[in-house]
Formats: sequence, structure tokens, C-alpha cells
Amino acid sequence: MKKMFSRPKSLKDIPFHYCPGCTHGIAHRLVAEVIDELDIRGTTIGVGSVGCSFSTISYFDIDMLQGSHGRGPAVATGLKRVLPDRVVFTYQGDGDLAAIGTGEFIHAATRGENITCIYINNAVYGMTGGQMAPTTLLGQKTKTTPFGRDKDVSGFPIKVCEILTPLEGAAYVARVALHNPKSIIKAKKSIKKAFEIQIKGLGFSLVELLSTCPTNWGMSPLEAVKWLEEKMIPYYPLGEYKTCGGGDL
Amino acid sequence: MKGNDAIGEGAVRAGCRYFFGYPITPQSELTHYLAKRLPEVGGLFLQAESEVASINMVYGASAAGARVMTSSSGPGISLMQEGLSYLAGAELPCVVVNMMRGGPGLGNIAPSQADYFQATKGGGHGDYRLIVLAPNSVQELFDMMLKAFDLADKYRNPVMVMADGIMGQMMEPVIIRDEYEVQIPPKPWAATGMAYHEGKNLINSCYVIPDEMEIHNLELQKKYNEIRPREQVCEDFMLEGAEVVLVAFGTASRICMKVVEKARDKGIPVGLIRPITLWPFPEKYIGEAAGGDKIFLTVEMNMGQMIEDVKLAVNGKAPVYHYGRLGGILPDARDVLTEVERLYRGGGAR
Repeated sequence: MKKMFSRPKSLKDIPFHYCPGCTHGIAHRLVAEVIDELDIRGTTIGVGSVGCSFSTISYFDIDMLQGSHGRGPAVATGLKRVLPDRVVFTYQGDGDLAAIGTGEFIHAATRGENITCIYINNAVYGMTGGQMAPTTLLGQKTKTTPFGRDKDVSGFPIKVCEILTPLEGAAYVARVALHNPKSIIKAKKSIKKAFEIQIKGLGFSLVELLSTCPTNWGMSPLEAVKWLEEKMIPYYPLGEYKTCGGGDL
Repeated sequence: MKGNDAIGEGAVRAGCRYFFGYPITPQSELTHYLAKRLPEVGGLFLQAESEVASINMVYGASAAGARVMTSSSGPGISLMQEGLSYLAGAELPCVVVNMMRGGPGLGNIAPSQADYFQATKGGGHGDYRLIVLAPNSVQELFDMMLKAFDLADKYRNPVMVMADGIMGQMMEPVIIRDEYEVQIPPKPWAATGMAYHEGKNLINSCYVIPDEMEIHNLELQKKYNEIRPREQVCEDFMLEGAEVVLVAFGTASRICMKVVEKARDKGIPVGLIRPITLWPFPEKYIGEAAGGDKIFLTVEMNMGQMIEDVKLAVNGKAPVYHYGRLGGILPDARDVLTEVERLYRGGGAR
């Protein structure tokens, strides 16, 4: 009998702590499958972050570093400069990368740092209990925007891919979503391409994954998937914003 | 050699091949030196976008097993405190140079010793320690870089070299010992990829379960308790028969040597103890020196920081006073001598 489906080797056999309907688990799995398929488990080192994704350091069965809040791309820079032949990636949420860590990802990209950022955008702070993220949509209610995000108070949601695209050091920038099987297959292809571009030494790569947070959005998992599709994607259009080398998706 | 250059050359001779930093006066010459020197030996000098990024690049490079350093001053060192806490928590070796300048706030670029508390008592969050070295000559700046990297690797702990603007700018002859052999210990814990070692290596300071966090803390404390008695270093100057004992480090200790000579010429029995390690503080030596009717006077370029450790070391066996100048002003040997004479004649606290 042929085994059709199993846990990727790059993921440990321990239960995720994520809430029902959260897409972190899917994102972890996609990254792990890509590492397995590219056969780079022994040469890949990941940098974890602060937020719901802090446990990535335990879940991935590869060498991992715990990074401080927002500094993943700086930590990855130090690591990669010492070990340029290894594959180095960060796994960061929107609070980590797009708020406190804004300086680090932009400058890693401007330097053309040969690393990959896996960036989870779920439009909310998960770990700390549902506060506004830099990516929270206008009108979206969170614990710190109880009347909905007001542009006159909190400004506008940040679009990371659009910021990165004009930077010369950025080799691959793509936004994908995890709300249905078709999108998930595309997301995996994008993650794989980002890693391949790093292996080719072409420069900085980032894949933004639009993700769900049913708990902090106050929705059922199904409602959350629908909300992602109907509200997030129109503001955060999907696609490859920039690609240097490699074929199209 | 200029002090800042001596630090750079000392680091290179110690086998350091990676420097990540951000310009700030009065340590910029060190970055100029290493930007030229490191590529000559196959190393990397990288100017980061901030001190926050610098210290986190140091974290990444150290986790990869490299000998790595950064340097800064006052405000920049403050920005690095979170990173230093992470480095200490994850037990990553590195060397950080602080060319102290006047504070608080933006302060000024003049020499100061006001970062003593920050370096020796934590600075960042959590129960951790840095090993802190305090050179007082350009030769020592050079030699201490060799020692700093060895200590960092030996204990898997960040080491801070504390000097000030004067030390960095000062020019003095330096004897470079050619016989120094760099011995970088193996780092089987480094996160170099699972193909390069057995199993998974995790560089981490996060323990969600309180029991595990406590165990990690107790292990750190065990290490600090090993370092504390073993690595205390100080030297004394004309301490024999001294009734007034000056305690000073770095630039202030050089001024105090002059004070001791002048006082002895006047027949006042004065000596000096110079802590060379600020953490661990040379409490044993100072404690043993405190006896009889001695008076202690700490001379610092701050409002009285090291005096707290001197008082702990003396433990009530002698009165301990402080003399300090602030804002980048050096203590004048004549003024210190006046204070010594006043105390010697029973002047007591002001």
C-alpha cells in the first residue's frame, strides 16, 4: 500500500497550541513540506518570533533560534552572514514584522539580505488578546479599536508587499492566502519559490500569508475564512509583486 | 596606537571576524578601524540600521558559532539592553564595548563612568549578569579584548568592556604579543543546521512553563556563582600601610595613582585598589583590605555608583565615601587630594 499523506519530517510530532480555525498550522505545514521537498532540512535554520508564532521554535524539527520581538530579520542577517551556504528564514506575524520590526525587515530587504521572511498577516494581535495590528482594516473592531479602526486616530493598514516591491535588494515578494485549498496550493508554491530564490543567492524574499484568527475576530472558523476572502483580499491583493529568476507560479 | 584602534586590533587578534554596529561618538574610530581591518582577515564589518539591529545581528552570528562583537556608547548601549538580556538568557557569547559618554538622555560625548549600574546590575530585564571588564590603558584595551572573547566563550555569556571617551581617543604605545594563540573552543550547541551536528539545536530564552523557567534561571545563577569567585581581578597601588584607600577604575584610577603619589609625598598614607573586573566585583580583595581604622574613598566619574559595591565588600568594617565629577569633567588630582586630606583629618561625610 502506498502512503499518500503524512507529517512532514521537518515538523515535530507534538500538538499545536493554536485555536480552532487558525491558519498558523497550515502555514507551518507548508513551510515544513517545502523544506522536506527541497531536501534542505539539515541545512536550514529558522528564526522564531514573538506572538502566537513564538512556538515555531518547538514545532519545526530543524535548528531554530528564538528572536526578540520584530528583530527576526536582524538575527537572520547575523546568522546568514556567518553561514552563507545555509538556508535561513524568519517566521513572523504582523505585529512582529510590520509594527515593532518595521526597521529590520525594510533594511534586510534594502541590503538584499539572502534570507526568506514568512510573514503571517491576520489583521490582529493574537497572543496578547486581540488588539489592533498595523494591518487591522479600517472599521475593524479589536480590543483597542472597540468602535472600529478610525483612520483619523490610528491611520491606515500597512501594506508590506507594496512597500518592499520598489526596493532593489528585494528579489521575491508575494502575497498569498490560506482560505481555501486552491489558495493553499498557491501559497506553498510561493514559499517554495522564495526558498529557491534564496538558494540561488538572488536576494531578499518575503511571502505574506493572509491568515485567519477566528478567536480574536469573534467568528467561527467558517465565518473567518469568508471574512478573509471578502474583506482582506480586496485591501491586500494577492499575487507575485516581484520576482527575480524562477518561472511564474 | 589610539585606544579605539587598539580595541579593534585586539578583537582581530582574538579571532573575532564579525562586527555589527552603528556609528556613535566617541567610539566611531573603532568602527573605522574594523571596517578596513576585518576584510583583510576574511571577516565582515556590517553597519546596521540601528543599535537594536546590531545587537540582534550579534545574537544571530553568535548562535551560528562565530566570535562576534559590537560597540557603542551611552544611548546606543541603552538600545541594546533588550538584546543583551536575550543573549544572556540564551547563553550566547559575544563582546560589547561601551565607550561611556555623559548622560542621562543624549547627554554629551565627553568621558563618563555613569553606565556602571547599567552594566553591572543588569540594564536589561530579568536575572542575568554580564562579565564587565574595565581597562585603564591602551595596552589593557588591547589585552582585554583577547581576554574578553575567551571569557565569553568559556562561560557562554556576553562580556562588556567598559571604557570612556578619553581611553578611546588616547594614544599610547602597545606591545602586541605575537605568541598569543587563539583557541576558540568547539561550540556543539551552535545552530549551524542539523546536517552539522547530532539532533536539533535550539537557541532560546523562552520557557513558557514556570517550572522550566525557574530551572533555567537556577542554571544561570549556578554559572554566575562559578564566575563570581573565580574571575575577580583587581590590582593595588602603594596599598602597604595605607590608611586612606582609594577605589577607582578606568580613567579615574589613573588620576588616583597621581593622588596617591602626591599624598605620600605629603606624608599621608594613601593607597589605591583598582577593580579590573567590575562584575564580578573584586569584593574578596576589598573586603580583606578593610580592617583597622582605614577610610575608603571611591573616585568615580559619576554621582556614586561603584560605591555601593565597595560598601557591600567592606561590609561595615570601614567608612566609605565618594568623590565624583559629572558631565564629562575629569576629577582633578588636586581636588581629590584635598578631599583625601580632609577625610584623613577626620572630616567625615559632607
